[in-house]
Parts: sequence; structure tokens; C-alpha cells
Amino acid sequence: MVAIVDYGVGNLFSLRSSFAAIGREVQVTGDPDVLAKAGRLVLPGVGAFGDAAAALRKSGLDKAVLAAAEAGKPLLGICLGMQLLLEKSFEYGEHKGLGLIPGEVRPIREVIPPGLKAPHIGWNALALTQEGRACGLFKNTKEGDCVYFVHSYWAASPAPCVLATAEYGAPLTAAVGRGNVLGVQFHPEKSGSAGLAILRAFCEMEVGG
Amino acid sequence: MITKRIIPCLDVKNGRVVKGVNFKGLADVSDPVELAAFYSASGADELVFYDITASAEGRALFTDVLTRVAATVFIPLTVGGGINTVEDFDRVLKCGADKVSVNSGAIRDPGLIAAAARRYGDQCVVLSVDAKRVNGSYHVFAKGGREDTGLDAIEWVRRGVADGAGEIVLNSIDTDGVKQGFDLEMLCAVCDAVDVPVIASGGAGSVQDFVSLFKALPKVDAGLAASIFHFGEVAIPDLKQALAAAGVPMRLI
Repeated sequence: MVAIVDYGVGNLFSLRSSFAAIGREVQVTGDPDVLAKAGRLVLPGVGAFGDAAAALRKSGLDKAVLAAAEAGKPLLGICLGMQLLLEKSFEYGEHKGLGLIPGEVRPIREVIPPGLKAPHIGWNALALTQEGRACGLFKNTKEGDCVYFVHSYWAASPAPCVLATAEYGAPLTAAVGRGNVLGVQFHPEKSGSAGLAILRAFCEMEVGG
Repeated sequence: MITKRIIPCLDVKNGRVVKGVNFKGLADVSDPVELAAFYSASGADELVFYDITASAEGRALFTDVLTRVAATVFIPLTVGGGINTVEDFDRVLKCGADKVSVNSGAIRDPGLIAAAARRYGDQCVVLSVDAKRVNGSYHVFAKGGREDTGLDAIEWVRRGVADGAGEIVLNSIDTDGVKQGFDLEMLCAVCDAVDVPVIASGGAGSVQDFVSLFKALPKVDAGLAASIFHFGEVAIPDLKQALAAAGVPMRLI
């Protein structure tokens, strides 16, 4: 069963529907016991990093997420949920993340050319890194598949943890991973068949792998 | 590179798509759920649902339709029509909308955009403007284009973006329905005034009109149309192939 961590931020209707559409049993839950029993976890997130990190800690579900990561269960952070996996963020101040993946979250303005609009919003092509091509999450993904992005901050992570990038005047991190802990900046639940293919691959990843 | 978006717009009344639609292979051409799935499979980059019902009963049917679309179609969904309060945003976002488009609601309540952007983020708020040339300038029209508000359209979009609108849909009343191409002059003026994505609407009659739009105005992010898609005059896969061949960045599926 796939458990979507519900810590009170954002609307999880599309995300839940997308797993149902690929025929996976899915539950949206804020119950630590259910999360402990789930085979794999999805950490969603919208809004500002500081608020979301505080909500996750206040709900106590940060422990459930860390425990799942520790147990080797496939864990997928989406959008702000991906950013929460990193060590810290500089969105309106400085905030601590879960520290499961090295790196920090910084404004895209710092790296994109002045003429480009922020947020980075729309469909952009994925460029897989060597690590990305070797990762089961992208086994159904072709180089250049387009996925849907909406974000103003990006994950500055060391090269071995970057699985994919998207070109927006600069190569912005599109996916990160370390072992069973994975994160995507884009919205697979809004990325048509390319997005569903990634969710399907996530559901087929082995525990501990 | 961000791709340019092609967006079909569906007008929904009492739970059904209006404006006759004629597609081969669709059992029920006015079922919004079936039509949305068809467009998504054709390569539409986003869908706009416009609620043109006035009754409370029709509203309930609309949110039911939206919920069913969001459960089966996994591309961004924008909803407009009858959005007058932050509670209206809440109502459609809960049903699976990603973005909410305001038009007359923002004219009636100048605080609406700022309030919605604060709660849901700029990326969620779309300002849709119906504009028309009046005495050498562009005026904002309300009530589906029937009433001249006297507001200057360029000032209006600037103010909307300053308040937190994350995207502009510009519908030119001068070119709408004429099928002789988008209103490049008016679009250019709006693109120069704001630094958020601008979606062109009104006037598309052919594949060539989209090519001209994106070639002439690289700052335009998306092209929106209704009847040419619904009547099958322009097929989205053909359109996107032609645009890609012309060097416009496209998502091809």
C-alpha cells in the first residue's frame, strides 16, 4: 500500500487519484500507525518551506517519515515535499529540513538569467543524469519527457544525489535521490502519462533498494 | 526550456459542455469528463473549464464534473466562471482545480486577487481579462464582454499582477470569433506591461494563427481556443507538430 503523508498542507485529491488511476492501493493518512505499516510513502507539500516543515514536526509525522527512510522503504517527496528532504532551506529565512538528502533549497532567481520569469512554471523536459538513468524511479522515462513544474526555489544538491535536471537558463534540479529516499521537484500527478509512468515505477521499487 | 502551452477551453452549463462538439470516436460529445480525457490524450497541456451556469443547482453539477475530471485527467486544470470570493476558490480547489481564473469577480471586488494570492499563492491565481479597443486605448469589459467598465486594460493587468495574479489570460473582444488570428498588437502591449505568463485568447482560426502568435511574440506563453478544437477544425496533435516544426518549443507525446 502507498501512504500519502497528510500533515495538513495542500490538497491531495489529484495525488491520491493518480495512484488510484494506475491501479495502486493508496491511503491519505496522518496516522503514524498506518504510515508504519505502509510499504511505501509519499511526502507531498505546497506553500512555503518554513510553514510546511513546522506543520510536519507539529504533527509528529516527521518521525514516521524518518523511520520509513531508515527502514529502507521507498519514500518519494513531491515538490515542496522533495525540498523538505534536504538539510535546509533559505525560503523567507533559514529553516531546517529532514536532512535525508544533502543540499539546501535556494531561490531560482540566484541561478537563472535576469530575463526569465520566476516561478519556473510549465512543462519542461527532463535530462537524466548518469545516476538518474540507473535509478528505478526513471525506468519508464525517456530522456526529454516533459513534466509539469511550479516552483520558485530549487534543490542545490551535490552531483551524486541529482537524478535529473530541467533546463531553465540553468540546469535546475528536477529529481534527487539517495538509496530509497527520492524526491521530484515537478508534479508527477499533473504530468500526464509521463508522470504516471514515474509513479508506476516508484510503486515497483523494492524495499531496501 | 519551458514549452509553449496549447489550452482548450470548455464552457460548461448544467454539467454539460456547450458549443456543439463533434468528434469521431466520442460516444457523448458533451460529456466534460470524456472530452477532457480526449484532449489530454491528444496532447493538450492544460484544460480550462468555464462555468457558465448561474443557478446554485448548476454550480453543484459543475463541481461534480470537476471532481470527476480531476480523478481521471492528470494535467493542470484551470477553472473560471462565477469566482467572486475566496470561498469560491476554496470550492473549486477542493474538487481538483490547480488554478482559478477571476474576471468580473476581480472588477466587483478589487481585494479579491490579493486575498486569494495570500491564501493559495500567486501561481494559483489567474486574471482573465476581456478587452476591446475604445478611442485608441484598450478597455476592460465586464459581463461576458457586454459592458465597458472604462478601466484601462494595461493598467488593470499591471494592478492585478502587483496584487498577486500569477498569470494573465488576455481575451481580445476585437478578434474573438473572427478566426483571423490572435490580437498580436494588444497581446504585445500586455506582455510588455507584466512579467508573468500571458495566455493569448480570441481569434485563432487555423494552425498558422498559432505559429504567427508564437513567432511574433516569444513572450506569450500559451494559446487558448475553444471552438476550433471542439469542431475539429484544428487537431491538437497536428497543431503541436506544426509548431515544433516551426521551431516553437512543444511538449510532444
